[in-house]
Amino acid sequence: MISSHLPALQVVLPLISAPVCVLIRKGLVAWMFAVAVSWITFVIALALLVHVVANGPLSYAMGGWAAPYGIVYRIDLLTAFVLIIVAGMGALVTTSAFRVAPGDMSRDHQNFFFGIFLLVLTGLLGITVTGDAFNLYVFLEISSLASYALVALGRDRRALMAAFQYLIMGTIGATFILAGIGLLYAVTGTLNMEDLAQRLQQVDDSRAVKAAFAFIVVGASLKLALFPLHAWLPNAYTHAPALVSAFLAATATKVGVYVLVRFIYTVFGGVFSFETMSLGPILMVFGLCAALVSSLVAIFQENVKRMFAYSSVAQIGYMVLGLSFASHTGLTAAIVHIFNHAAMKGALFLALACAVYRLGSVELSELRGLGRRMPITFACIVIAGLSLIGVPLTGGFVSKWYLVSAALEQDLWLVAAAVLVSSLFAVVYVWRVVEVAYFQSPPDGKGARCEAPASLVIPTVALAVACIYFGIDTEPTVGVARAAANELLASIP
Amino acid sequence: MGLALITPLVGAFLIWICRVDADLRESMSVLAAIVLILLVCSLFPTVASGGRPHLQILEILPGLSLAFELEPLGMLFAAVASILWLVTTIYAIGYMRGHAEKNQTRFYICFAVSLASTIGIAFSGNMFTLFVFYEALTIATYPLVTHAGGEAAKRAGRVYLGILLGTSILFQLLAILWTWGIAGHLDFVPGGILRDQAPPMVIAILFALYVFGVGKAALMPFHRWLPAAMVAPTPVSALLHAVAVVKAGVFTILKISLYIFGIDLLADLGVSQWITYVAAITILVASLVAMTKDNLKARLAYSTISQLSYVVLGATLANSFAVVGGALHVAMHAVAKITLFFCAGAILVASHKTEVSQMQGLGRAMPFTMTAFLIGSLSVIGLPPFGGIWSKWYLALGTLAAGERLVLAALVISSLLNVAYLLPIPIRAFFAPPPGDSKTTEIREAPLACMIAITVTAFACLALFFYPQPLYQLLSPVVNLDGAA
Repeated sequence: MISSHLPALQVVLPLISAPVCVLIRKGLVAWMFAVAVSWITFVIALALLVHVVANGPLSYAMGGWAAPYGIVYRIDLLTAFVLIIVAGMGALVTTSAFRVAPGDMSRDHQNFFFGIFLLVLTGLLGITVTGDAFNLYVFLEISSLASYALVALGRDRRALMAAFQYLIMGTIGATFILAGIGLLYAVTGTLNMEDLAQRLQQVDDSRAVKAAFAFIVVGASLKLALFPLHAWLPNAYTHAPALVSAFLAATATKVGVYVLVRFIYTVFGGVFSFETMSLGPILMVFGLCAALVSSLVAIFQENVKRMFAYSSVAQIGYMVLGLSFASHTGLTAAIVHIFNHAAMKGALFLALACAVYRLGSVELSELRGLGRRMPITFACIVIAGLSLIGVPLTGGFVSKWYLVSAALEQDLWLVAAAVLVSSLFAVVYVWRVVEVAYFQSPPDGKGARCEAPASLVIPTVALAVACIYFGIDTEPTVGVARAAANELLASIP
Repeated sequence: MGLALITPLVGAFLIWICRVDADLRESMSVLAAIVLILLVCSLFPTVASGGRPHLQILEILPGLSLAFELEPLGMLFAAVASILWLVTTIYAIGYMRGHAEKNQTRFYICFAVSLASTIGIAFSGNMFTLFVFYEALTIATYPLVTHAGGEAAKRAGRVYLGILLGTSILFQLLAILWTWGIAGHLDFVPGGILRDQAPPMVIAILFALYVFGVGKAALMPFHRWLPAAMVAPTPVSALLHAVAVVKAGVFTILKISLYIFGIDLLADLGVSQWITYVAAITILVASLVAMTKDNLKARLAYSTISQLSYVVLGATLANSFAVVGGALHVAMHAVAKITLFFCAGAILVASHKTEVSQMQGLGRAMPFTMTAFLIGSLSVIGLPPFGGIWSKWYLALGTLAAGERLVLAALVISSLLNVAYLLPIPIRAFFAPPPGDSKTTEIREAPLACMIAITVTAFACLALFFYPQPLYQLLSPVVNLDGAA
């Protein structure tokens, strides 16, 4: 009975739990509740993935109202895959928030933290699961507004400025998406994505549809921080509480990529996107610029969170680059990288959360001697860093392999070389951190071993292990990604 | 075979467990080395009689698996690396204690992991596996290179990692992906996998990408990491930069030439010819630079760069003699150069001298070490009765077979240069009067463990002159030498 309502529960459970969390006054109880909810959410996501792999795509009519009048939740492989990432990261981050949230905000307000956090989770899951364009916008706003609040929780006052900047840019992005959806509704009279896709086939050469396409692509690009629309991201990630950075870096931009993929392939269709609108070269140029420029900028950062934030922009460039090839391999690369990047960036930012917990700051100079003081944290940074570089037997290598293969398939030698050059930049910035942490002696009087509490270290280690595990056993990630790419490409008539 | 791969890792683990007790820790290291040698040698008869043990571990992507297959070249490399690991471990015990180095547990662990990577390279059954272990070796040796931990070590580590990772990611990985795109797989197949698959132009570019992508072969202009890495403790320089790392580089080039391209293809298309000249130039220039170096280890490092290009030459000349010469040189040079490094380390431990100019008259205080140094030098130069002559002999035959008179001339000149930069060291140590101060007279020979290691490798140089037969017979099926002769 309950199993048939899993798609709804996926979103409704965290949505209802959020206010409950706020009502629970005690921080510890709120934490336990949030952990329980987020793990159940993760289990639901797993169940959905298993179901979709076994039985194919799944449609769920909200409240029994059939499409195209009611809101439909539609879950295919890509959806289930992204759900796993979002819910998994959500579960790990709430778990690790046990003692860290107090460091970032006063103990009385912890319940608010978990409430807002669950709202972000709801929004991101909702965006992923819905099959309705307007509903997507609604969830987009839920997640965005809640994440502005999370960013603003950062310890110093610059967090407010960063959150404000994020709010302005995010709102512009969301408005663009809304404008696009509005235009589509005006042309086709429907909001259901499958319906939209069918009716758009019959519309020839409409300027409104092209405008809608442009609005949505630009809006989504703002949300996923595609270069050069990424300006909000480094500030937001730097000044947000470390855990929030970990969660947003691993999920929010990935969901942005998902939205882009969904509109390009499912709603507009590959033919329209890549042939009529020739989106390929545009995405390719911006993706490459993101990968090269942001990696280069990352090298010169003194704040490690900011460094990895720029690196995120670069990695998003890889995903967009993968999309731009409009080929099966390219799409696989993008989808696999969504997963692998979530694992490695999650691990990195959680490790930084450990560092913040003990050291209070993640300026490069403060990390001196980290290798001796927090060996486990340091090991996680090295492993995730190697994955970021794309060393074999890590997840990053698998994504890079597909990405470069996709470029070589189309004889784009320069693109392939550029991707490899950008991974060289990654070597440089990752190694800057390693050198400081490994070689320099700790500041005076702070040489003792001080690993972060287990509740924080264990999720970090789990993600670092995932970086390696999914570099060796690639069947779960690559297998699903290939199948998802097949589904998406099959939808092109 | 699987056991041989795991042994060094188990060794590393045991070393970590026994980290509290230095004696126990080091006996674990020795034990792992002995077990490894036994395992590797137990494979020898199979490979020598034409067997090709095969082991597939897992398939990472479709058509891309972690697989091992042992063939003569790999057998040779694994045997050299494992035997010299044992010798070096014995040496290291004396050296590290004599020099009172810190963090010895980390040192032995990284050493064992590096060896595991080296064995992985030697056994690899396809280009992907080789690449994986190639990168693993780079990363595992990084803490060894930067062992001292000071500013100089950090800078050296940067150069080391920058060049090795840079070339391998930028060129080698690109070439591997490209090969995969062309041939559809990356297995090592005798005769190559690229014949008739791609236009000559593409083959030429690919070959260049591979050769320069293997930064560990230290072909100019990507040789800077090797002198930089000499800040490492001497046992590291000895094993890793005379044997494991650099030999992994040239071994990779040999493997690629033989099993990805196939020497017939290279010879037919002539795509490797210009690389031959690059190698010849590297040989000469590095020898010249070596003459200008006063620091003994730096001089040896440039000598290594020069000698590595002999092997590259062997691969790019693309005929049977040259390949056998190149492969033999892997073994011959390893034994000779490790002797030289051991001596340099022994001199450092006993007298704290690093510069060649300080070593006048040292032969009286350390006659044993200096004799070994002389033997190693003579073998590097390629004089009888030492092993080095055989590899040079076959390489010279190879140049003639390929009709490259200029390259032959380069080989001869290089030998003369070797004489010029190596022999003065022992000669002045024995015959020049020691500097006036009385300190020199107090110098004694290095610790016993060091002396044992030096003796073994010096004798190996001699033994390889009289008994190169097993190596030769092992290698000849690789290139049908009997047919060619």
